[in-house]
Amino acid sequence: MPAAPDTDAASPESAEVSFSPPLSPEPPVFPAKGGEHPGVRLWPFVTGWIETGAGPVPQVATRLEKSDIFGRWQMRWGLGRTRYRIAPGLYAVGRPDGDAPVLVTANYKLTFDTLRRELQGQNLWILVLETYGINVWCAAGKGTFGTEEVVRRIRAARLEQVVRHRTLILPQLGAPGVAAHEVQRESGFRVLYGPVRASDLKAFFAADRMATAQMRRVTFSTLDRLVLAPVELTGMLKTALWVSAILLLLGGIGPGVFTFTGVFTRGVAAVLALFAALFTGAVLTPVALPWIPGRAFALKGGIAGAVVASVALLTLPGKMSLLEGGALLLALSAAASYCAMNFTGSSTFTSPSGVEKEMRRAIPLQGMALLLAAICWIAAAF
Amino acid sequence: MRYLEGVSTLKLDRQVCIGCGLCVAVCPHGVFSVEEKKARILDLDRCMECGACARNCPVAALSVKAGVGCASAIIHGWLTGKEPSCDCGGGDSCC
Repeated sequence: MPAAPDTDAASPESAEVSFSPPLSPEPPVFPAKGGEHPGVRLWPFVTGWIETGAGPVPQVATRLEKSDIFGRWQMRWGLGRTRYRIAPGLYAVGRPDGDAPVLVTANYKLTFDTLRRELQGQNLWILVLETYGINVWCAAGKGTFGTEEVVRRIRAARLEQVVRHRTLILPQLGAPGVAAHEVQRESGFRVLYGPVRASDLKAFFAADRMATAQMRRVTFSTLDRLVLAPVELTGMLKTALWVSAILLLLGGIGPGVFTFTGVFTRGVAAVLALFAALFTGAVLTPVALPWIPGRAFALKGGIAGAVVASVALLTLPGKMSLLEGGALLLALSAAASYCAMNFTGSSTFTSPSGVEKEMRRAIPLQGMALLLAAICWIAAAF
Repeated sequence: MRYLEGVSTLKLDRQVCIGCGLCVAVCPHGVFSVEEKKARILDLDRCMECGACARNCPVAALSVKAGVGCASAIIHGWLTGKEPSCDCGGGDSCC
């Protein structure tokens, strides 16, 4: 509907008239793949348009392109994570009709890509929820992949005009945020929980929408843990740089009050120890998780840190005083313990109650160990 | 892999339970089974307090204190005196 012109009613002779560009209520149908329209760019994964009772719905590719793979690599390294998202609403795979199933997912593009690549040869609808670029499980925990958003998105997409059935298939990990019985009551759509992993969807449909116990379990394999390592490290980078600056300055403290020799020898050594601790806590401990003794992640990290420090003390050339050796052992153990403790937030089996319990015990110990290490290290300069 | 024992806040009221099986379907760690029209907790220590079961129980037979399990969010909660949430100021590096 074109906007009415604005007129300056006070002085008819010099009335200013302005028009807003006319906006049609339905999007214009864009050319297929790779096309552009003046002022608008099409997502590369759109391969066409499906006409529905609720207007045109974009058809998406089920093959990932190089840009999608590169995007996933960037996500794994923590680059631009909050901006990697698509518009919420209805999408299509293949040529779905009024009887085709409706899958529901989050608008984090990595999630969307992980889903669509498993749907080759299928004809179905995908209802994408507004989760602000967050994956299904985290968004469910936060409540954004939730009952209200499901109902809202059904209404916004006018889903009842697109499909004849009244069933939605949700990923199982959306369950912490979605009350299936409330969605049904408020939208008339019945929620069926599909498998945890998109890769099990084909088998799920083949088995007439029955999920096996395996499809409903979340695991945490070595590969799963390894894949999380880069983002754990990059997440700590800013803090690590600040701490490094402090360590460099503290390294200069010695008999001559402050020397640059100290900065470049003791300070640099401390920074190296810091990065060794970060690597031990954020990479080594997660990867070796099941094989390090202890249940608490802080304990596992502390053990790993102590082992790494001991190996360093035994193998590194050059002499280290008892004070310096003690400082290294205490600091590496404490810092690695702290980093490993933070990994609980990325794990798939730790409970908040458990994390809080281990934190109450570990943090005072980590603090005391670091303080003692600092005293020993600075004292070693004199 | 197993975590700390005896910490989960999960509770099941078997009197109220109608044996619908939704908790079995949504639990990512197989904590429940339904036997003779009633749910049963098989292994409390496998529970990670995600809240899926309590959220989906149509008769509110389940309760759990489902919170944010991220250490930095919990610390932020202690410092600000509020419940830990995902708005811990972690910005881009969170979630």
